[in-house]
Amino acid sequence: MSDAQQPSDFDATTAVDEFEPVDVFPSSEDMDLRPGADNCYKCTSCDTSCPVAEVNENFPGPKFQGPEQWRLKRHEDVDIDDSILSCSNCMRCDDACPSSVPLSQMHNTARGEYVEEHMDKLSMEYLRNRMLSNYRTMATIGSKVPRLANFVMGLGITSVLGEKIMGIPSERDVPEFATETFRQWWKKRGGSKVSNPDKQVAYFHGCYSNYNTVEVGKAMVRVFEEFGYEVLVPKQQCSGTPMFANGMLKDARREAEVNVRELGEAIDNGAEVIASCTSCSMALRQEYPELFDIEGIEELSEHTWEALEFLRVNEDLGQAIQESEVDPQAFAYHAPCHARNQGLDRQAVELFRDLDGATIEDVGESCSGISGTYGWKSEKYETSMKIGAEMFDHMEHAEGDVGMTECPTCAMQMNHGTGYEIRHPLELLEEALV
Amino acid sequence: MAIREDVIVIGGGLAGSMAALEAADSDASVRLITHKKSTLRHASGLIDVLGYLDEEEPVADPFAAISELPDDHPYSIAGEAAIRDGLARFDEAVGDTYQGDHTDTNALLPTFGGAIKPTARYPDAAAAGLASDSRDMLVVGFEELTEYNADMLADHLAAADVPFAVDGVELNFPGTYANDSRVTRFAKRLDNDEDVEYEGKTMGAREALAESVKPHIGDAERVGFPAFLGDDHAADVRADLERELGVDVFEIPMGPPSFPGMRLADRLKEAVDDAGIHISAGNPVIDYEADGDEIEAVIVDSKGREVPYHAEEFILATGGLVGKGIDSDRDGTVEEPIFDCHIPHSDDRYDWFDEEAFGNQPFAHFGVRIDEGMRPLDADGSPEFSNLRAAGGVVGGTDPVAEKSQSGISLTTAAVAGQRARERAAKREVSQ
Repeated sequence: MSDAQQPSDFDATTAVDEFEPVDVFPSSEDMDLRPGADNCYKCTSCDTSCPVAEVNENFPGPKFQGPEQWRLKRHEDVDIDDSILSCSNCMRCDDACPSSVPLSQMHNTARGEYVEEHMDKLSMEYLRNRMLSNYRTMATIGSKVPRLANFVMGLGITSVLGEKIMGIPSERDVPEFATETFRQWWKKRGGSKVSNPDKQVAYFHGCYSNYNTVEVGKAMVRVFEEFGYEVLVPKQQCSGTPMFANGMLKDARREAEVNVRELGEAIDNGAEVIASCTSCSMALRQEYPELFDIEGIEELSEHTWEALEFLRVNEDLGQAIQESEVDPQAFAYHAPCHARNQGLDRQAVELFRDLDGATIEDVGESCSGISGTYGWKSEKYETSMKIGAEMFDHMEHAEGDVGMTECPTCAMQMNHGTGYEIRHPLELLEEALV
Repeated sequence: MAIREDVIVIGGGLAGSMAALEAADSDASVRLITHKKSTLRHASGLIDVLGYLDEEEPVADPFAAISELPDDHPYSIAGEAAIRDGLARFDEAVGDTYQGDHTDTNALLPTFGGAIKPTARYPDAAAAGLASDSRDMLVVGFEELTEYNADMLADHLAAADVPFAVDGVELNFPGTYANDSRVTRFAKRLDNDEDVEYEGKTMGAREALAESVKPHIGDAERVGFPAFLGDDHAADVRADLERELGVDVFEIPMGPPSFPGMRLADRLKEAVDDAGIHISAGNPVIDYEADGDEIEAVIVDSKGREVPYHAEEFILATGGLVGKGIDSDRDGTVEEPIFDCHIPHSDDRYDWFDEEAFGNQPFAHFGVRIDEGMRPLDADGSPEFSNLRAAGGVVGGTDPVAEKSQSGISLTTAAVAGQRARERAAKREVSQ
């Protein structure tokens, strides 16, 4: 008899005496998501927080994609619904759920299964998604010949062919490669200017700070050195974020194995891991231990920080900012969804409103809509821009005409929708403190 | 010790937001730590103070009825002035988006089950639905919404002897929708006034909705809809419908997703932000550090890193069983998971419930017991900590759902907890 059933001749005293607990959720070698599914009491907080469901009438929403689909899948003849590819992996449902249902974990595993078992590996869609997920590989080649790559990508014909053949929206401008990567700069600089075995941080720069926005990586190094930290830059691969979002879990695992090993060595030597991109820190902290079983992966999760967060907790960053000033400037700040999920959505606004010279305004809770590679797909472009519309509107009404965010693809979207120059909080921090 | 405030409030629902606003009405620095979206998002948005005592009849004047409550009821401990302070702070926070502050007497509002609910404050959007109003009423429902039936609602209201004639009509929401469409879709259509097809013509969703309702109005002088008339532009949606229909339009609160609850949550978040209160959202408080009976810091689980947040005063507003401020286990445990504050309960879980679903349910009373400073008490009746106060659903000792006092208890306990925390934090600053 189920514990939820009411016996007809109910007698509380005998029921207690005779009750023998049963193991409802037997431990399993597989990822058992049943407790998560059972915790859902259908309050709809996830559905009303989902930016895709808000603009796409045909998207069944996170509650379906997570606990409901998980239950349907108990029947062997039921396949994962293809709408899982419309989930952008913004992970807002995780943040919303008052019952801690592991929604994004359910979505990631469902997407992985869908791509593995139901997607044609020779289709252009699969090839494009694989290419987008493996941005690092493209960027490695592009940055060997940055000027040529930028020239070719800037050509109208490239854009037309990209749209027609690959399904890359021609509306978007492909980001420019830096003429010198962060790692090239780091090598030329001769590594860290500070030597301090007691205060070491290992910088996870990710792909974008290395190949594109090198100034963010440089700012990270200078700010942490200002606080007396020796910065290490271990060998590293992509964090895996775009791979999770495209269901390319094998690719993600390959990259994760390298990151866990290399960063793990730094951690063993006493360093904490710092990321400047909030999706990279999200991957290392949450998705890694949720999706992979690799030795040292929990340890990496527990020792990874977002850059400002680390300084806020371990140094008196608030005090340092209150004692500084910068040239007058105003920012329209957007909190990336993945920052929100780590509890970091307010820190830039709350820190910088105490900085003399700087004005900063939060442009609201909406998602930017690009969600990494999501907005880089022709069939998702319209959805992506619809989601972003509220943010563009709020940015235009904010006092500042420079944008600010921690996430490189949110920055692309902010720039695409408003034409504003977009900066990273570390860049302002560098200006204030260094 | 990088993160330090005067007052830290744990929990971002109604009680937490109001306690933070109360504490911030001074020079005190205040931080609100919230984990997930609060239960406010699926609440009705009505602010009840006291709807029922033991009798069948609703309470007319909650303030007059307080003296009949037992001595250990949160209202009896906090006192009438505190209830008034809590309501005043709420009125200030929500401005003209709420009504009911002109009188001590309860308003009577229809629910989506067709019952009449006594409440102290109600959204402006619900105002034209008052059951004490004698104007005839039309209630509109939609075939697309399985949880809400206008004919049944109207029949129930009529059976409750309301002083007006009431009719119900079930329509199709104009435009085409997926079979499993949710109220959020309809709200969005109205919010943006998106074009829909209606009777072979293309028109704005608001106009189309009005057109579909018009033939059914008859003698009704007001029309009630399920509460999804817009989201960010709800006032405009209602005004447009009223203009098209020529009668007052109101919303009837319904279950989740609840727009009145979500709108209130948004409004409170704005008020908290405007007051300069720091917000840390997304990570749970899991533990604390104390020196004797004084809490020095709470520990936030920041995705695996345990980060201390220091303060002089702490307010616990984590909610009840649904909000997860109180946890229970089949082994007979009932606990407050952060500070392990004492919660009176039987160790035998078969004593937690009454066989009658609507009987006097012991579990509904679960929660911390408090002193007049809202400090949780241990099993011996002494404060668990000198600088921890409780507000909202985590406070027990009564069945707020049965007596319709949930929001009022939140506002009242938040007002006292916020005031005391603010005063004590200021005193300490002087003495240091």
